[in-house]
Amino acid sequence: MFTLARQLADIGLLGLNRRNAEYTLRYNPRNLYPLVDDKLRTKKLAQDAGIAVPELYGVVEKEYQVRDLPEILKHHSDFVVKPSHGSGGDGILIISGRLKEVYRKANGVLMNQGELNHHVLTILSGIFSLGGQPDKAVIEYRVQPDPLLEVISYQGVPDIRVILFLGVPVMSMVRLPTRMSGGRANLHQGALGAGIDIRTGTTLTAVWRNGIVGEHPDTGNAVMGVKIPNWEALLRLAARCYQLTGLGYQGVDIVLDKDKGPLILELNARPGLNIQIANRSGLLPRLNLVEQNHKGLNGVEERVAFAQEHFGASV
Amino acid sequence: MNRVHLYLLAFSLIVIGLGLFLYKALVLGFPLSPQKVSEIWNVEAHISFIAKNKPVKVSLFIPRTVRRFAIVNENFISQGFGITTATEGGNRQAEWSIRKAKGKQILYYRAEIRRIETKESGILVKPPEIEDPKFEGPYLAATQSLVADIRARSADADTLVKELLKRLTKSQPDDNIALLLGKQTSISNKVRLAVRVLAQAGLPARAVHGIRLEDENQNAPLLHWMEIYDEKQWRAYDPITGEPGVPPDYMPWWRGTQPLVQVKGGDRLQATLSVNLKQEEAVRAAIQSGKIKSPLLLDFSLFSLPVHTQAIYRVLLLVPLGAFLLVILRNVIGIKTFGTFMPVLIALAFRETQLLWGIILFSVVVGLGLTIRLYLEHLKLLVVPRLASVLFVVVLLMALLSVLTHKLGLERGLSVALFPMVIITMTIERMSIVWEERGASEALQQGLGSLVVAAIAYLIMTIGYIEHIVFVFPELLLVLLAGTLMLGRYYGYRLLELHRFKALAKGNT
Repeated sequence: MFTLARQLADIGLLGLNRRNAEYTLRYNPRNLYPLVDDKLRTKKLAQDAGIAVPELYGVVEKEYQVRDLPEILKHHSDFVVKPSHGSGGDGILIISGRLKEVYRKANGVLMNQGELNHHVLTILSGIFSLGGQPDKAVIEYRVQPDPLLEVISYQGVPDIRVILFLGVPVMSMVRLPTRMSGGRANLHQGALGAGIDIRTGTTLTAVWRNGIVGEHPDTGNAVMGVKIPNWEALLRLAARCYQLTGLGYQGVDIVLDKDKGPLILELNARPGLNIQIANRSGLLPRLNLVEQNHKGLNGVEERVAFAQEHFGASV
Repeated sequence: MNRVHLYLLAFSLIVIGLGLFLYKALVLGFPLSPQKVSEIWNVEAHISFIAKNKPVKVSLFIPRTVRRFAIVNENFISQGFGITTATEGGNRQAEWSIRKAKGKQILYYRAEIRRIETKESGILVKPPEIEDPKFEGPYLAATQSLVADIRARSADADTLVKELLKRLTKSQPDDNIALLLGKQTSISNKVRLAVRVLAQAGLPARAVHGIRLEDENQNAPLLHWMEIYDEKQWRAYDPITGEPGVPPDYMPWWRGTQPLVQVKGGDRLQATLSVNLKQEEAVRAAIQSGKIKSPLLLDFSLFSLPVHTQAIYRVLLLVPLGAFLLVILRNVIGIKTFGTFMPVLIALAFRETQLLWGIILFSVVVGLGLTIRLYLEHLKLLVVPRLASVLFVVVLLMALLSVLTHKLGLERGLSVALFPMVIITMTIERMSIVWEERGASEALQQGLGSLVVAAIAYLIMTIGYIEHIVFVFPELLLVLLAGTLMLGRYYGYRLLELHRFKALAKGNT
């Protein structure tokens, strides 16, 4: 047990206690949390700064506004409904098509207007939000995944998570939905995670259910060595989020849209630690390096350049 | 800087806590283990009633020194009431009186009782007078027939009483007894009837009411037994077993047929008796040995509180201990639970039900509640009404379980009612959401985690030794607080994280 702990320490694995104490608690002031915990505010903030986000179709804030839902959705046949304060992907409903009053969920199950309204009301009651306070339901554009990533995922939209420390992208992975994860991109639900080489933007080995795999379990396509298009632009987009929120340690979730390119999906003030498994390396050495050097780095360009210089895959 | 600050704080907490502890343990000689140095009980009668703005008179029977128990010290607590005590017919009675009182009134009688060993036998030269049992009409006939019957089947007073008690306690009493008892089949009524029947048979007998001197009981039930005068002394009989003699921890409170407490000029009278074994005696021995000059420390210790409050603090002081355990289990081991401190509250509830029953009842109620919650999901209700509905169902389920287990003769089931219902309801709600969003395995994992943590906390919190230490030396909680503060700076891996990231270590070696 102790040898295992020492091995992990040698790799520089970041544990939950240390992440909370030395990174989120120290670098993320509490008063900034609402900026990222409220996805609607994040979206507005990003829009104002000219950062690309999925288009907002409408917001339901009060129970009576549910009546307006058909009006909001009139011109949209596919969209996403999510709680503004949700966490861990809870409460997100993806509608991929509709026939008048019948909506088809991403997994093929049909639901009628009443069921959709109920879902929205459930969101408003705050059951998915942190602390259970009343919430808002956000209705937005459903991302059309880039064909390059679509071949290595099963249903759902793969997203790219970048850990941003003091504005420097330190680690990244792409999360690929599988049949087991039901189209969701959460690793603990069975999604596949593949580390990304920060220097080149090519995927490294993938991790699925604590084991290392070479190909997608559902599609059989190789997940290693896939080059993410427009990687540097994507890194710069992520790096800009530091000025946006002021959070020192954050996770940036980006999706690659077929037509609109990289879009910021959401920001996370307490990003998970699984990314280390996907990259098969620890965060601590990289975080320490940034801590020592971040004062000399000015602007997005320099920070991205620093990241690409130092955080190439060692493999 | 912060770190130094924390270490200093933790260090001073430890020094203060351990210092006080060592001073009390070594210098003052406070007992380190729950030893019963001498058997002294704090007995308390708590009387409350609503006065009707009239002169009020309250009379309460109070215990007197008897062969096995001596009253060491007693006091009466009341505001504005005059108090007199009188001894009459072998009973002592306290009488509170006031010219005018209005609203809720509370009176206390408190006594310290010590067990004594006397060799003196209770021989009475003069036999007591027999009170006329006043049976009339069919009752008289029934009594006479009953007396004739039991007399025919017995050889002496002892066998006569046994025969009578045997008949009284039968589940299907014969016609005579059924007529005499009527609908009132409580033990106290059976004892009262037995006394009258024996009077009819010419045998002096009396009803005795008392309590059991237990370690602790905040609501000590009144026990009833009887005494008969035979061979120049009073002999006790247990009405339930019909055997002579009563357990040594039965303390008589008063004799006769009158109720414990009576009030004139007030209503809604309530009286509860409580008893607890006193640890202070060992502490007092330490003072009496002259090692401490002014017992200021004692005046401000938990022992100075009323018996009721002391019993509450015995439990309350264990809560920080549970919280400390929770910190270890969550931040060092990494067990996932529902809610942060819910497991500690479940553990407290287990104190009422015992562990195995607690786990079974908790699982059953949560399981059934979960089923109903999943069914309610189909009805598309808003959250607050849905939560309220689950609460309804939980309360009804608990009532049903209690009735069922009671019918099955399992008394444990009754105590489930003390389970914090809202906590169960919230558990059900949280669990069902996790179930839907993260799958059954995650929900069961967290549910199991909560139960395991609660069970561990329960097992540790119920060690009598620990309960004693925390109550006698509450300052040790400061040491625990220091530990908790230090754990707040534990940045190492959680034990279960090692398992989670195992693949990483393998992949790199």
